[in-house]
Amino acid sequence: MGIVSPGFTGRRSGSDLPPGQYLTRDFPVLSAGPTPRILPEHWEFSITTETGEVHKWDWQAFLQLPSEEITRDIHCVTRWSKLQSEWKGVSLDTLFADVETGADFVMAHSYGGYTTNLPLEDLLDGQAWIAYEFEGEPLGAEHGGPARLLVPHLYFWKSAKWVRGLALSDSDDLGFWESAGYHEYGDPWKEQRYAGD
Amino acid sequence: MTADVPTHLDGNAAAGALSEVFAVDLTAATGRCNGCGHTGVFAEARLYADAPGLVARCPGCEDVLLRVVTTPTDTYVDLRGLTYLRVPNA
Repeated sequence: MGIVSPGFTGRRSGSDLPPGQYLTRDFPVLSAGPTPRILPEHWEFSITTETGEVHKWDWQAFLQLPSEEITRDIHCVTRWSKLQSEWKGVSLDTLFADVETGADFVMAHSYGGYTTNLPLEDLLDGQAWIAYEFEGEPLGAEHGGPARLLVPHLYFWKSAKWVRGLALSDSDDLGFWESAGYHEYGDPWKEQRYAGD
Repeated sequence: MTADVPTHLDGNAAAGALSEVFAVDLTAATGRCNGCGHTGVFAEARLYADAPGLVARCPGCEDVLLRVVTTPTDTYVDLRGLTYLRVPNA
């Protein structure tokens, strides 16, 4: 037997982490309020354009859209990172396929009142999903189920739990944490934690 | 939609963070919720600390009363959810 097993891919090391992050194998639960319990039959997701045009999906219609298996590293601004997390969800490219917009910015709105702002270009081209399974199981309410936004290339506060809609806008308004001192964009590789970073 | 089993602390848990900014003990102050008008001592607020900042919510309507975010250089205090804080004169 050789020293190196060719089949071993293993977990990657901490050198893959953005600056200032530590590796966790858990999935910490952070929450700024009570956990909403949304029954799938009551769940609805919408995209509202800057002209007020609304595109809506209920749970049944949402599940009929093509889904993708997603494996990505995730990075929380509170400094934990989780590597190779496994999700299933619908690409926002699919959800935006019939949406006509000239807007550059999006505000994500969640059940419970949470908001977070993102550039539209960060939600397209295979970078973002509405995720409804985590590691092969329906996404638990404590992690944002029945469905959450998943934008793994930005700090995880941008991946809004319990997402209920995206509102397109010409202006880059600030969301819940962004209006209280956190960075408006939140690139973990540039360590954009706080406003001005 | 129903609320989960509470994961919050009471408002007293904000004493440390608030004492960094204010010279008086605000947990003993009376606050009025800008959302529902509920009025009570701040210590009765529901405090969510397992988050990127401290979030205090109204025990009546769960609207946000106060947020505190501490960065390496500054502390942000957002009081917009409070109509007022009434602090007894010494």
